[in-house]
Amino acid sequence: MTMPLEPGQIEVAFTLNGREVVVVVDAAARLLDTLRYQLGLTGTKEGCGEGECGACTVCMNGNPVNSCLVPIFQARGCKVETVESVENEAVFALLGSGGTQCGACTPGVVMTVLWIVKNRDVLETHSVRELMAGNLCRCTDYDGIINGVDRAAATGGAG
Amino acid sequence: MSTPLRREGLDKLTGRERYVDDLDLAGCLWGMTVRSPAARGRIREVRFGDGVDWSEFVVVDFRDIPGPNEIRLIELDQPVLAADRVRHIHEPVVLVAHSSRTMCRRAIEQIEIVVDPEPAVFDFRVEPRAEQVQHDSDNVLSRISINKGDIEAALARADHVVEGVYETGAQEHVYLETQGMAAWLDGDVVVIQGSMQCPFYVLNALMHALGRDASGVRVVQSSTGGGFGGKEDFPSNLAIHTALLALKAGRAVKMIYDRAEDMAATTKRHPSRVRHRTGVMSDGRLVAQDIEVLLDAGAYATLSSVVLSRGIIHAGGPYACDNVRICVRAVLTNSVPFGAFRGFGAPQTQFALERHMDVIAQRLGLDPVEIRRRNLICDGQSTATGQVINDGTDRVALLDLAVAESKFVEKKAAHVSFHAGSAYCRRGLGLATFMHGGGFTGSGEDTLKAKLHVGGCRDGSIEVLSAITEIGQGTKTIFASIVAERLGVDASVVTIATPDTARVPNSCPTVASRSAMVVGRLLERACDDLRARLGLTPEDRGERVQEAIREWHVLHPGEALLGKAEYERPPNIAWDEKTYRGDAYGAFAWGTYVAEVEVDLRTCACRVLSFHAVQEVGRVLNRTLATGQIQGGVVQAIGWALMEDCVWEQGAMKNTQFTNYIIPTTLDVPPISVTFLETPYAFGGGGAKGLGELPMDGPAPAILNAVADAVGIEPVSIPLTPEQLLELLSHDDAT
Amino acid sequence: MPTTLGEALSVLEELKGDAVPIAGGTDLMVSWPERFIEHERTYLDLSGLDELRAHRWTEDALEIGALTTFWDIVRDPQAAREMPILVDAARTVGAVQIQSRGTWAGNIANASPAADGVLSMMALDAVVELAGAEGVEEVHLDELYLGYKQMRKRADQLITRVRIPRRTLEFQSFVKVGSRRAQAITKIGLAITRSDAGWRVVASSMAPTVKRCCAIERMLDDRVPVDGPGGFAAAIGSDVSPIDDIRTTAVYRESVMARVLFHELARVCPWICAGGDSV
Repeated sequence: MTMPLEPGQIEVAFTLNGREVVVVVDAAARLLDTLRYQLGLTGTKEGCGEGECGACTVCMNGNPVNSCLVPIFQARGCKVETVESVENEAVFALLGSGGTQCGACTPGVVMTVLWIVKNRDVLETHSVRELMAGNLCRCTDYDGIINGVDRAAATGGAG
Repeated sequence: MSTPLRREGLDKLTGRERYVDDLDLAGCLWGMTVRSPAARGRIREVRFGDGVDWSEFVVVDFRDIPGPNEIRLIELDQPVLAADRVRHIHEPVVLVAHSSRTMCRRAIEQIEIVVDPEPAVFDFRVEPRAEQVQHDSDNVLSRISINKGDIEAALARADHVVEGVYETGAQEHVYLETQGMAAWLDGDVVVIQGSMQCPFYVLNALMHALGRDASGVRVVQSSTGGGFGGKEDFPSNLAIHTALLALKAGRAVKMIYDRAEDMAATTKRHPSRVRHRTGVMSDGRLVAQDIEVLLDAGAYATLSSVVLSRGIIHAGGPYACDNVRICVRAVLTNSVPFGAFRGFGAPQTQFALERHMDVIAQRLGLDPVEIRRRNLICDGQSTATGQVINDGTDRVALLDLAVAESKFVEKKAAHVSFHAGSAYCRRGLGLATFMHGGGFTGSGEDTLKAKLHVGGCRDGSIEVLSAITEIGQGTKTIFASIVAERLGVDASVVTIATPDTARVPNSCPTVASRSAMVVGRLLERACDDLRARLGLTPEDRGERVQEAIREWHVLHPGEALLGKAEYERPPNIAWDEKTYRGDAYGAFAWGTYVAEVEVDLRTCACRVLSFHAVQEVGRVLNRTLATGQIQGGVVQAIGWALMEDCVWEQGAMKNTQFTNYIIPTTLDVPPISVTFLETPYAFGGGGAKGLGELPMDGPAPAILNAVADAVGIEPVSIPLTPEQLLELLSHDDAT
Repeated sequence: MPTTLGEALSVLEELKGDAVPIAGGTDLMVSWPERFIEHERTYLDLSGLDELRAHRWTEDALEIGALTTFWDIVRDPQAAREMPILVDAARTVGAVQIQSRGTWAGNIANASPAADGVLSMMALDAVVELAGAEGVEEVHLDELYLGYKQMRKRADQLITRVRIPRRTLEFQSFVKVGSRRAQAITKIGLAITRSDAGWRVVASSMAPTVKRCCAIERMLDDRVPVDGPGGFAAAIGSDVSPIDDIRTTAVYRESVMARVLFHELARVCPWICAGGDSV
């Protein structure tokens, strides 16, 4: 069943954290706006709106992306995973290593970290530091984050 | 005992933690700000464009302010909304709200502020011309001086007099969560919830501008994504704006700055220029420190006088010198106002001093380690204000430890062979020794008398009621640990109340490295008071205390059980605000930092290869959190030293994006090695001294000293960008 | 959203070039909410054109599709072996979050003078395939740009493929000078190659477009001896025209380009070596 759309609105169906969702949104909305203001998933943060800070990182079809740079119409049919899909056990390593302070960059950091942990072969060509360069943090020296990735990668995420 | 984990950590790591923009306020409007396009002038007209149906919008200007059009802080010089004059670009003039953010964005573009310009002043280092004067006769907002001994006589008898001028640039806080505030009406009460460090600053400012007493305003902190001082003073401005819109709309309003607006319109670290004229004996002993400090305050006073105060007290550094004269001034310019930023003047003055110490060493042919060793304060000697230090810390041993930990001597030798094999890379080592006073300056704590309550709840759990905000530094975790230790209970039975001015007493602001040291001590005393009210002795701990709490509630149904504490000055502390003599702080934390850098002579880019931070901070209450504070501060200071460059145009920052205001990424910083020496401070919570700001002071001079060592020039200003270094090196080539 | 190239091209033709093609969106979407005027334009979403997604190695070329991302090339071991400067460039474009969305074709179409991908592709003699209603046209990448943000691509044409010839490369180097070590916009970019086709020296952020430096290439082809960075000054002066902007200064650009060029080439060219002052 499709509701008639208001002018400027579109309907978008995608898979969010393993569940099918259909949203009716402003055609100019970004994936970030849709997650936060339409679907109430406020875990994903906006830090800069220009794809620099990585606070809005989500996984889209298996890769980390800045959700502030994804127009919602491009999410059609995609698999999107946000920080809301993350279980406590997956982030114990980061908690113990001091990987979060103020927490504003943290959801983005977590999504990149867990992507690395799930795709450990990327460590054959890249250092953790290079892979984390797209997540700006103003509270730490990143060492707590890097150590958290190392610990999580060593234990398959369970930390 | 294992280190307790950050209390709210899992909520942050799984996205459950709620920040102000995450609050679901049904039917709320979005508020936005229309700002001055001119740096100084008279507002002739505010034009509302024809293409907009303004009846759909809530519009607020200065006429909608119920109380005085003033932001209450120290001075009352800053208006809430400019009425007839503006003093800086981006000064707020009109507020607009609408249920659609996009509509709001479009509408504010259609409002034009027409200003008849007046002569503005942008360079704080130049004496203003008559037509540029806007405060007193010289635009000086605030001045302080310190005099110790006989400076002229000491300069006259010194073997050498070494002079230098040092400059530091502005710095943007770049908290990852931008400034944001929500406001609504709960009956007659204006409720504010948002991102802030100091709920009672916000409350006081709201009461003043809204013409209400405390019963008509309530301020609640929401989870705050970083502050660094940026959410000390500015949230008051934004809270009043949001409240004005909510009052006029009769609905909830949110104002969330986007990054560009946040960078353009909010405060930054004060730019500085510091002159040193130092009398020194041939053996390196300092006999006279003549120091002149100038800060750019920007267009309004904000906290500049207090920044100046901390700046002057730290300007002489951790050295014993009998003759000191320091004169400091904060000058008005038509730049966006500068405000609180981690370190609060001390990073600026200690940058100058520590760079100058290396210049002196170079001039005298002394080793930079040795000249510091010969001058560091020993117990029994005094600082510039005459504060006699007697805290049991061996500052020379701390310096020696840093030299050993960083393998200073071995690395110097290794650099020689590295240079033989490298076509264009040069390595160098530098260090800085410094200090940072914990808590408010001078008599501040005594005047403001912070309060704190500890509640005993019916189920035997314990609640901490304080206005101290968690902004990432870990206060919730520290406070729970302090209660657990004091009462012998498990930390899991301790809850930390949300800072809400309707519930918590005024513990004063979350600033000045005072939370653990000063307020943590109040917390211990409130725990003691709670125990006393229960008729228990200090030997009664754990379940005995909880049991007593439960019993108390049975006997006193419906009543609240509160242990209370109010600030008491530690004994033997005396401060004279008029002469700036005496004990400026209850305790100083001490540091020696060592930086190793590599300069790429092709690009003139400097990279920090290794960094060792050794400090004495009293007792460390939580190793993970304390280490995180030090590491993060060092990285913020690396940014300030090498890359964070505010580009100015007419007193406004031009590079207001993350693509052009550059902060360090993972690849720009090495792991920061942190070592603590611990001499418990008897009057600090759990024996702690303040440590949050300390790491901002040492890195910049250590890094520049390392660059000087690497390439043989004497850089005197930061940020030392590649462009600056290229210029210095070209100049060096030419001479 | 079109799912075939034919559909996409007919939409473009119908709208007479008024539609803005969007692939990864990493340039178009920057600061999107504040650029509300642009919300009213029509966007042609290319993300459904599966036929243009993959890159492939033919006998004589690497073919990059319109939707091939930076990350696709970063993760291709063949690219790392044969054309490392493509991988080097891709790894400096933002970070993983940008590399996984940003496309090589988009990097070309955005026409930024600072484009890192364009820099390496141009040094490898890439050829751009432009498809329009009137057929397919091939343009050499080094002839594509006409001026700042201007190119020899009509609004009704799409970049469908980029073809990079597989040659024996005796030398290839990519150097990006940014304001930090990751996630920086290029202040000076250089890609240098040497093959049987001769030397290629390409600079970014030094002119209104990414640009081949023909005077420098001639110096190298002719083996003109150079004993310090200053030896390239005249050629740099004729090849590029750096400006002062918010990121750096013209003086810095010129000076650093000479130094980087000198040190990169001194590694492999015996006729380029330090005389006096090497920096």
